Amino acid sequence: MKVLKAAVSGTMESSDIMVTVAPNEGGGLAIDLNSTVEKQFGAAIRAAIAETLEQLGIRDARVTAVDKGALDCVIRARVKASAFRACEREDYVWEVRT
Amino acid sequence: MKRLRRTMLFVPGNNPGMIKDAGIYAQDAIMFDLEDSVSLAEKDAARFLVYEALMTMDYGDKELVVRINDPSARGGREDLEAIVRTRRAVIRLPKTETAEDVLLCEKEIARIEGECGIEEGSTPMMAAIESAAGVLNAREIAFSSKRLTGIALGAEDYVTDLKTNRSPGGIELLFGRSMILLAARAAGIDAIDTVYSDVNNEEGFRAEVELIHQLGFDGKSIINPRQIKTVHEIYTPSEKEIAKAQAVMEAIEEARRKGSGVISLNGKMVDRPIVLRAQRVLALARAAGVLREEAENDA
Repeated sequence: MKVLKAAVSGTMESSDIMVTVAPNEGGGLAIDLNSTVEKQFGAAIRAAIAETLEQLGIRDARVTAVDKGALDCVIRARVKASAFRACEREDYVWEVRT
Repeated sequence: MKRLRRTMLFVPGNNPGMIKDAGIYAQDAIMFDLEDSVSLAEKDAARFLVYEALMTMDYGDKELVVRINDPSARGGREDLEAIVRTRRAVIRLPKTETAEDVLLCEKEIARIEGECGIEEGSTPMMAAIESAAGVLNAREIAFSSKRLTGIALGAEDYVTDLKTNRSPGGIELLFGRSMILLAARAAGIDAIDTVYSDVNNEEGFRAEVELIHQLGFDGKSIINPRQIKTVHEIYTPSEKEIAKAQAVMEAIEEARRKGSGVISLNGKMVDRPIVLRAQRVLALARAAGVLREEAENDA
């Protein structure tokens, strides 16, 4: 998927993460993270963001994330919501839980 | 054993904090809401959030329910695409007015089950009735699908439709509640009462739970974890009720040992309704953790 515009989802409330996905044509993935738990989980959060974008086939994006202690599943959900909005796509892919 | 549905806690679908904490309370069911508590602009984000939570979070043995948007519109259909694939949640249909509403939703669910190799019929449903038309069609709705585990009253929309509002005694809900309860009982499914919105009015809440318990409802939708304890208290049988139920079950056992077809207890005949009531009392007592070990063996 190709990022066409900047789009955001999530809030600044506790347990949430506000994720902005913006175009970064040819520039690869750039993640700017600001987290209340940066020291302990910064690397894990960046990895979760990168992995989710990779699954969506997004290679070029500038991601700004303000984390307030979000769980892994919340990070993935917010990245996906922002990514689909940024790509102006609605052809969501839902996997079957095994 | 039949699943208890005394308390169903509403959790707004776009609130990660509440989704995270929903598992730590004692309620019987969690209802993640994608409908009225989520603004139009955030429907997609809430859907992703509830889907991801259902795919990964451990909520123990609580029943998980997702209230979807109108499945005749695009958003509601997308809700089904996501939630059915998690294979973990009961689909709660909002604003059900006719049996056809249930059948339309069921058709979509069956299509998705078929497309992704999920056993057909394995996704349960419940229907919320929130209008005068829905209440009048409660019987047809309750009988419309084998997937239905229960029907629920949604009182806020219902009283607006009636051109009234909610009063402390709830007289305006009496017909709707009775109709939904009778329809559910006739169809052999559960009846779930509406929310009580004034979280700070403990006395009013207690009176309402006592009322719906006496009417025969299986439980109540709740909007705050603080409401759980009151409902469970009221739905917990008294020691006297438990002792009586145990005596009934013992009398049955005794009659079986003797090969006697007629069962009596203290000179009174024990017939089927009495046995069914005793079984329900014991199930509620067991769920509330007030049944002693030896009693459990007897039961």
